[in-house]
Amino acid sequence: MTTAIKENLDVYLQSFRELERRGKAPEWLARIRTEAIESFLDLGFPTPRDEEWKYTNVASIARTLFEPAPAVTAERAAERVATQALAELECPRLVFVNGRPAPELSSLEGLEAGIKVMSLEKAVAGGTEPVERYLARTAGHATHPFVALNTAFLQDGAWVEITKRTALSKPIYLLYVTLPGSKPTVTYPRNLVLIGRESQATLIEGYLGPGDSAYLTNAVTEIVVEENSVLEYVKLQNESPAAFHVATVKMQQTRNASAHATTVTLGARLAREETASVLDGEGGEATLNGLYVLTGEQHVDHHTTLDHAKAHCSSRELYKGILEGRSTGVFNGKIIVRPDAQKTDSKQSNKNLLLSEDATINTKPQLEIYADDVKCTHGATVGQIDAEALFYLRSRGISQREARNLLTVAFANDVLDKIKYARLRERLKASVLERLATQP
Amino acid sequence: MLLEIKNLHAKVGANEILKGIDLKVGLGEVHAIMGPNGSGKSTLAQVLAGRDVYTVTEGEVIYDGKNLLEMAPEDRAREGVFMAFQYPVEIPGVSNTYFLRAARNAIRKHHGQEEMDAMDFLTFIREKMKLLEMDESLMTRPVNEGFSGGEKKRNEIFQMAVLEPKLAILDETDSGLDIDALKIVARGVNAMRSKDRSMIVVTHYQRLLNYIVPDFVHVLSDGRIVKSGRKELALELEQKGYGWLEGAVNATASP
Ligand SMILES: Nc1ncnc2c1ncn2[C@@H]1O[C@H](COP(=O)(O)OP(=O)(O)OP(=O)(O)O)[C@@H](O)[C@H]1O
Ligand SMILES: [Mg+2]
Repeated sequence: MTTAIKENLDVYLQSFRELERRGKAPEWLARIRTEAIESFLDLGFPTPRDEEWKYTNVASIARTLFEPAPAVTAERAAERVATQALAELECPRLVFVNGRPAPELSSLEGLEAGIKVMSLEKAVAGGTEPVERYLARTAGHATHPFVALNTAFLQDGAWVEITKRTALSKPIYLLYVTLPGSKPTVTYPRNLVLIGRESQATLIEGYLGPGDSAYLTNAVTEIVVEENSVLEYVKLQNESPAAFHVATVKMQQTRNASAHATTVTLGARLAREETASVLDGEGGEATLNGLYVLTGEQHVDHHTTLDHAKAHCSSRELYKGILEGRSTGVFNGKIIVRPDAQKTDSKQSNKNLLLSEDATINTKPQLEIYADDVKCTHGATVGQIDAEALFYLRSRGISQREARNLLTVAFANDVLDKIKYARLRERLKASVLERLATQP
Repeated sequence: MLLEIKNLHAKVGANEILKGIDLKVGLGEVHAIMGPNGSGKSTLAQVLAGRDVYTVTEGEVIYDGKNLLEMAPEDRAREGVFMAFQYPVEIPGVSNTYFLRAARNAIRKHHGQEEMDAMDFLTFIREKMKLLEMDESLMTRPVNEGFSGGEKKRNEIFQMAVLEPKLAILDETDSGLDIDALKIVARGVNAMRSKDRSMIVVTHYQRLLNYIVPDFVHVLSDGRIVKSGRKELALELEQKGYGWLEGAVNATASP
C-alpha cells in the first residue's frame, strides 16, 4: 500500500470519528458501523493484486479525497429529474439528491396501502423492527472494502417493505441524483428491501449526475425475497461520464422465491457493479441480466454471483456489452453450487460486441461446484458487427450508419426484451437507442 | 441499355473469379445466367450489389448511365438495384416489417418522396403478401431468423415486390424449393415483369425457366460468359450438360 493511500485511510477514520461524535444512531447501528470501519481499515482499498480486482484499478478512487456531498436544495435537481430516462414512468418514487431524501421531487401516489417506501434514516430513527433484523445481514462488510465503507458511513437511502400477499401494480422507483460540488464528493446510498411472502413487486434503482463532475457513488442495496414471492429488479446506472460508481446489490431468496434482475450500465468513468443472489431455499429462481454500453475511456466491471445454497433452484444469466472507443469492460460471473444444492440448473452467457479496435473486454466464468447432480453451462463471445448482415441491410437501401445502429440495437434489445414490466422495458429501450444514436 | 458490363474482372484475395465478363441488359429484358458450381455466378451478382469482399481489378459497369462500381451498396439499392441472395442472411432482433419499411423509406426519401408511416406501409404490403402467400407471422418475426429455406427465398422475392427495383438480380431463388413454392415464387416474379424493369435470373435448372421465360440465356464458366443465346439454349444445356460447353471454351481459347 502506498503511503498516499495509507494517509487517506486516516482521513476516512477521522471522518468516521466525527460522524460518531454527532452520534444520532441507535446503539445496534453504531456497533455495525464500528465493525465496518474496522473492516475497512484492515482491508484498505483493493489493488489489482487482489484476484477480485484484477482488471479494475481503483487507485484513482483511493487517491482522491472525497468530501461528503453538500446538502443542496432539491429544486436544483428538479429539471434533471423531470428529464431523465424514466421520468414518464408514472409510479411511486423516492428521489434522493446528494444522498438526502428530496420529498419535493418524490411521490408515493398510487402506492398500495400498507406498503412502506421511506427514508432508511427515518425508519432507523423510528425503531422499525425489521430494519434492525435485516440491515447489514445480506451484504457482508467483513470482506468487501467498499461495502465496509458504505456501512461505516451509512446515512440514508430507502427502506421498502412489501407486506405479505401483496401484488404491486406499479414499480417502486428509487432515484439518486448527484449534483457536483467544487471538490470531488461522495455519497453512500443504502437501500434495504423486504418483499414479504407471496408478494410481487418491481423495483427500479436509478443513478444519475450531470455533466463532467467527478464524484463517487458507493451504493449498497440489500433485498430479501421471502417465500413464493416474485421480484423484478432493474437498475439504470447513468452517472456522469466523470463519475466513479461502485455498487453492490445483494439478494437473498428463500423457498420458491423468484428474482429477475436487469442491470443497465450506461454511465460513469469507472464503475464496478456487483450483483449477487443467494438461492437459499428450494425451488428458487434467479435471473441476472445485464447490458452495458460503453464509449470513450469508460471502464465498467460487472461481477456477478449466483450462490446456489439449496437444491432444485435454477438460475439464468445473460450479460451483453457494446463497447466503443477505448472503453474497457469486465465480466466475471461466479456460480457457486454448494454441497446441498443438488439438481441445480444454471446457465450463464456473456456476449460482447466490440465496435472499435481499441475497446477491450475481459470475460471470465468462475464456477465453484461442490454438488454432483447439477447442470451448469456457460459461454462467452466477443465479436464485431456481422459484415454479412450489414451488407444485407445496406443492399436494401439502408445507410451504413443506420444499418450498424439497427444491428447494435437488436443486440441490446435481446437483454431489454426480457424485462417484464412493459412500460419500463419500452422506456429503457428508447434510452439505450438514444444513447447508441449519439455515439460517435 | 439499363446495364452494361464491360470486361469485368474481380477477385477475392489473390484468387481471380471473374475473368472478363461482358453483358448488356436492356430495359424490360429478362436474362438467365446458368453455369456450373463455382463458375462465378454469385460473385457477379454480389459485385453488382456492391459486396466489398470482392475487388474489381478491371472493367466497368454502367447502370442507368452511372458508374455502378463507384456507388455504395445502399446507393445502388436506392437507384433501383436489387439482389435476391442465394443465401439470405438471418438478422436476429430486427423485425421483418421494420426492416422493410426502413428500406422502402430510405429509397423513397432518396427520390424525394414522403416516407410511409407504419399504417400506410401495412396496407401497402398486404397485397404483396397475398401474392407470395406470405404468412402474417413471418412479418413480425426477425428477418429470416428461423425461416425455412423456402420461406427465406420467398421472403427475398417479397422484398423485391415491396422495393420495386429497376434491376432485379435473382441468385438461385429456385434452389431448394418444392414445385408449389417454385410456382408461387415464379408468379411473384412474373407479376413484377414490366417494360420498365429488367431481371437477371441466376439458376442451375431449366425448371424455373419454364415459369419465368427469359429473353436471353447466358452460360458462365470459369469467370467468363462462354455462350449466349435465346431461351432454347437452356433446353439444350439441360440435354447436353455443361461439358459440351467447356469444350467450346477450349476451342475459342486456342487459336
Ligand atoms: N468470399 C469468398 N472467399 C473466397 N472464395 C470465394 C468467395 N466467394 C466466392 N469464392 C470462390 O469463387 C468461386 C466462384 O464462386 P461463386 O459463389 O461465385 O460461384 P457460383 O457460380 O455462384 O456457384 P454455385 O452454383 O455453387 O452457387 C468459387 O470457387 C468460390 O469458392
Ligand atoms: Mg452461387
